[in-house]
Amino acid sequence: MTEVDRRDFLRGAGFATAAAAVPTEASAAIARPPKQISPQAVGMLYDSTLCIGCRACVAACKEANKMPAEVPATLTGWNENTWDSAEDLSGRTLNVIKVYRNGTAEQKDHEINGFAFVKRHCLHCIDPSCVSVCPVGAMQKDAATGIVSYDPDVCIGCRYCVYGCPFGVPQFDFSSALGKIAKCEFCRHLQKDGKIPACCDVCPTGASLFGPVKELEREIERRTAAAPGTPYQFPRGKIGENRPPNAATIPTYVKGVYGEHEAGGTQVRYLAGVPFPKLGLPTVGRQSPASLSEGMQHTIYQWLIAPLVAFVGFAFLARRNLALHRDDDAPTSKEG
Amino acid sequence: MSTAAPLRRSLVTPTTLVLVALVVIAFSFLLQRFLFGLGAVANINPGYPWGIWVVVDVIIGTAFGCGGFAMALLVYIFNRGQYHPLMRPALLSGLFGYTLGGFAVIFDLGRYWQAYNLLLPWHAQLNSVMFEVALCVMAYVVVLWIEFSPAFLERWGFAASKRVLDRWMFVIVALGVLLPTMHQSSLGSMLLVMEYRLSPLWFTLWLPALFVISALAMGYAVVMFEATVVSKTFSLPSEHALISKMSIVVGWITVAWLVLRFGDLFARNALPLAFIGSISVFLFWVENAMFLAAALVFITPAGRASQRASFLGAVALLAGGSLYRLDAYLIGYQPLNNWSYFPSVPELMVSIGVVALEVLLYLIFIKTLPVLHGDAARR
Repeated sequence: MTEVDRRDFLRGAGFATAAAAVPTEASAAIARPPKQISPQAVGMLYDSTLCIGCRACVAACKEANKMPAEVPATLTGWNENTWDSAEDLSGRTLNVIKVYRNGTAEQKDHEINGFAFVKRHCLHCIDPSCVSVCPVGAMQKDAATGIVSYDPDVCIGCRYCVYGCPFGVPQFDFSSALGKIAKCEFCRHLQKDGKIPACCDVCPTGASLFGPVKELEREIERRTAAAPGTPYQFPRGKIGENRPPNAATIPTYVKGVYGEHEAGGTQVRYLAGVPFPKLGLPTVGRQSPASLSEGMQHTIYQWLIAPLVAFVGFAFLARRNLALHRDDDAPTSKEG
Repeated sequence: MSTAAPLRRSLVTPTTLVLVALVVIAFSFLLQRFLFGLGAVANINPGYPWGIWVVVDVIIGTAFGCGGFAMALLVYIFNRGQYHPLMRPALLSGLFGYTLGGFAVIFDLGRYWQAYNLLLPWHAQLNSVMFEVALCVMAYVVVLWIEFSPAFLERWGFAASKRVLDRWMFVIVALGVLLPTMHQSSLGSMLLVMEYRLSPLWFTLWLPALFVISALAMGYAVVMFEATVVSKTFSLPSEHALISKMSIVVGWITVAWLVLRFGDLFARNALPLAFIGSISVFLFWVENAMFLAAALVFITPAGRASQRASFLGAVALLAGGSLYRLDAYLIGYQPLNNWSYFPSVPELMVSIGVVALEVLLYLIFIKTLPVLHGDAARR
């Protein structure tokens, strides 16, 4: 398990300045209207305070998606592919658990002298950059479920989605001659058979909870409204499903829900006991980057009017000027 | 009145042999890339999915190919016929800059065997800036070959075909100005989605304008650079008189770029970030100092009069424009999870090989086809 690097936090602060440095009025004027979440959207709630770091979700994800184990170079001495030791998302890892550690690391979910877990995978943005930037439409967002899916048979491997994702999610497998993009697709192949994503299915504590975003939002409200220490039945697997819940008490949450507003909102939401930037979750502004880039592009190229007018103007001038200088172009000798 | 003629020099020289060797080395590494994957040759990684093959070969490489675009705008749109002798060499460098940029894209694409999906209408993704760039660049490569084709037609005496082409040349010329305006600005727009990943020193809504203006400036700089290098290398009469007149245009374009660059930073209150000590801030200043140096050379009469100063001004502009692109795409970009990137030797050798191939083809073409200013070349 990799430790969340504290420099992430410093970088996070850098992103915040980046967000602030573009005048919001100008940016908002150019951006197209933000996309809205589908009423049937499905999502996940990850509650860092419930996570015990067992990584059953990482193993189940690998199995469900037939991804190979990862062994970092430093561990190859003793680990002969028997342990998956993925340190981060990669072309071979769609889901990973990381740890935050501070000082003596004695108390769970404490910022000082404490530790906390965080789960990283695709957040299934409401207005995804990867879908917006893909030149061939290999990334698609389902109109009903909102699942952001990837089609390797369409992808050309340009990796603009890797470069452009504000959360650093899609990954390209550089180690293969026929590499492709890897990203969590909410186990849509399992959902077809009425199953739920593997990570939520195996989570013993309900830290990873699957379900309709609307219901997850109500669950978040219940948890954050209750006083810390209140006994609470935390649902497991899929919300509303009749699995025995995890009986525990409401922890002390930090303010806010990560994913509610980030980059225009996402279908994965985080609750935590430690500030989100400390968990390595990127500090991302509210505007969806796709809305800005598409807004600019469609302003310049609306109905192709500007390029057509420019073309006609250029053609008119070129025709006149070429005629004026026809003599300059004519070869006077048959040299060579 | 002047015409173009092939340069009567030997094709096999020590220089061309070195260039061939560099190309062979590059291709051997490319073979490795195709057999074992991108990671076997390049240092690109999850934090830096794009390395120098994208940024140097395509983003910077096509800016070096903007000579044809810049000269066509001046000669045919603004009717400055006196610069016509510089047109063909400019087109030729553009031809190779862009054709090889397109070639570089192919070996950088992770799933190159599906690249044709870009051309299938049912896969077209009109929101993608890269889709627009890809189509525009492909179209412009075709336009460049047609724009340059009179050189072939003259060489092999296809007078009838050339007359037909001449009649329609205005359409090609218009496209040859429109397409680079579109995709060079879009190379800036490609970064607009990087709102939360790119330093505010580079991220601005003016990215498209900054990219297209600097591409134009680099286009003129390439023509100046090339004219000087070719006339010195082959002891041909200097084109400095012509270049010196043109450089005032370049000077003011560069000034306009700097005004936009700093005006925007000031308006966004981003300038204080330029006084924090870091490598990217240092390169920010280097990049802008290059533009400023070039502007100072080209807007002062003394600078324009000196052949040496003008040449150095062109070099500064090319270096500044290249660094601006490198900074915007890689240096000013903040990867997640502390990834770092520096190109590997094989990766560098591939990019060097692409440039070597460009220079090699340029030399072969000017020696076999009517490209250079005739009276000089014929001597």
